[in-house]
Amino acid sequence: MELLQSLLGSEAGMAVWTLLKILAIVAPLMIGVAYLTLAERKVIGYMQIRIGPNRVGPKGLLQPLADGVKLLMKEIILPTQSSKGLFLLAPVLSIMPALAAWAVIPFNDTMVLANINASLLYIMAITSMGVYGVIVAGWAGNSKYSFLGALRSSAQIVSYELAMGFALVGVLMVSSSLNLVDIVNQQGQGMAGGSIFSWNWLPLFPLFIVYLVSGVAETNRAPFDVAEGESEIVAGFHVEYSGMAFAIFFLAEYANMILVAVLTSLLFLGGWLSPFPASWGAIGASSIVWLLVKMSAVLFCFLWFRATFPRYRYDQIMRLGWKVFIPVTLVSILVLGVWMLSPLSLWK
Amino acid sequence: MSFQAVVFYILSAILIFAGFRVVTAKNPVHAALYLVLAFFTASGHWLLLQAEFLAIALVLVYVGAVMVLFLFVVMMLDINVEKLREGFWRHFPQAATVALIMMAEIVLILSSPEAHLADVKPAAAAAAAGEISNVKVLGRQLYTTYLLAFEAAAVILLVAMVAAIGITIRQRKDSKYVDPGVQVRVQSKDRVRVVKMAATKRQDDAVSDSNEQQA
Repeated sequence: MELLQSLLGSEAGMAVWTLLKILAIVAPLMIGVAYLTLAERKVIGYMQIRIGPNRVGPKGLLQPLADGVKLLMKEIILPTQSSKGLFLLAPVLSIMPALAAWAVIPFNDTMVLANINASLLYIMAITSMGVYGVIVAGWAGNSKYSFLGALRSSAQIVSYELAMGFALVGVLMVSSSLNLVDIVNQQGQGMAGGSIFSWNWLPLFPLFIVYLVSGVAETNRAPFDVAEGESEIVAGFHVEYSGMAFAIFFLAEYANMILVAVLTSLLFLGGWLSPFPASWGAIGASSIVWLLVKMSAVLFCFLWFRATFPRYRYDQIMRLGWKVFIPVTLVSILVLGVWMLSPLSLWK
Repeated sequence: MSFQAVVFYILSAILIFAGFRVVTAKNPVHAALYLVLAFFTASGHWLLLQAEFLAIALVLVYVGAVMVLFLFVVMMLDINVEKLREGFWRHFPQAATVALIMMAEIVLILSSPEAHLADVKPAAAAAAAGEISNVKVLGRQLYTTYLLAFEAAAVILLVAMVAAIGITIRQRKDSKYVDPGVQVRVQSKDRVRVVKMAATKRQDDAVSDSNEQQA
């Protein structure tokens, strides 16, 4: 950084340095997205006693590259009577929030692009904009199937956003901070002395479950994938998209999955903190490796859910969101408030 | 011109353009999307004032929730644009008068010396005076000085919400409705009846076998 500042002057050096940091976050994220698609096909394959893709490269490891090249070569078809500008804007609207949210995600104590005070609020605001990509895509394509998919999906996302927000309220109550770094550091303290039992998942167990399930619903993943519902409405909101425009929606979905996984790890699973006592040397030390391990575990659950559960019916989704999750979170927040004021509080 | 001033003018230009297009766009869906752009840009202005909580709340509430429902409704409507434009010039004088009066009121309020706009300290100064975060300052104000007003507003909103649901709820007699509680509690014996029968020996094995082969 000093080198850049001496070369380009302080302000330009800072800008270039920030751009490099953004690149250092987005490039691994995109590679992660590509290999998550492969992991999904492999994991589901083995769960269904198949092998999955194994032809391209050693053990199928080059499959994501082949898929990417295929999608790049395809023509992007604009449907007649579609709203052209909005049709092309929709994929951008859907991938923008999935990438912009990473600006405030910390990878350890100091490694974060923008360590702002209200980072949790920022993430809630940015991710709430993801729904526009879906709505605009469904409307601009001028197709009944995509429009139905968009309506279903936006209703679902708006409903589960409430439960998700309430689950976050519990987390910020116990950590009395909106800053993600502080939230993780707070989990390292407390009565259980920074071990795995002092992380938020145990004292906030109902909120953890609500957050995880709402995260699956927010990303439109199975069993909440009525927005795509292949057997009912072809492919949902992106029926009319082809080639790279379709690929952008695909990337956005997987980037959102990774985002939910990293947020679950940071908010409930202790982020970069190690589950082992500090006296154990290297594996007892907190590091980014632990964050990646926790993210992978959460992502594996996402794939596992898809291979296990049948799709929810639409009224069941709405019932789960409004009549089960929201009351559960409201009662949990109330109980949590009383607990924090009582002498038994873990968070002093 | 400082960096902040440049950002301010760019945001203002986008905001004015978006606001203008909200009114002039022919397609109501485009108008609603321009309104989203206007809200988003306005939150940028608040960020420039270092009121980050208000900025994020604006995006979260208006862009993330209210406008989604708004778009939802607008997309479902089948609007005939020609019919809507029919009486435009006839109603224009009245509308222009109302707009001008509102504009004049806003300008008068903001420019009057009683508004004490010059005394308002920017959020940065307040933060330097000892308070760390915008959210904390706002929370302290809401739950100490303005507690009664805040709670009253919350109750009014709750009543409005209950009333809105009460108005729209209608039980249709002919709608087929499943009770999820019953579905969850269902046991296998409610749906499937297992019949045990004693095995019987076939009388004419050879004949039926040949029949099956023919079939």
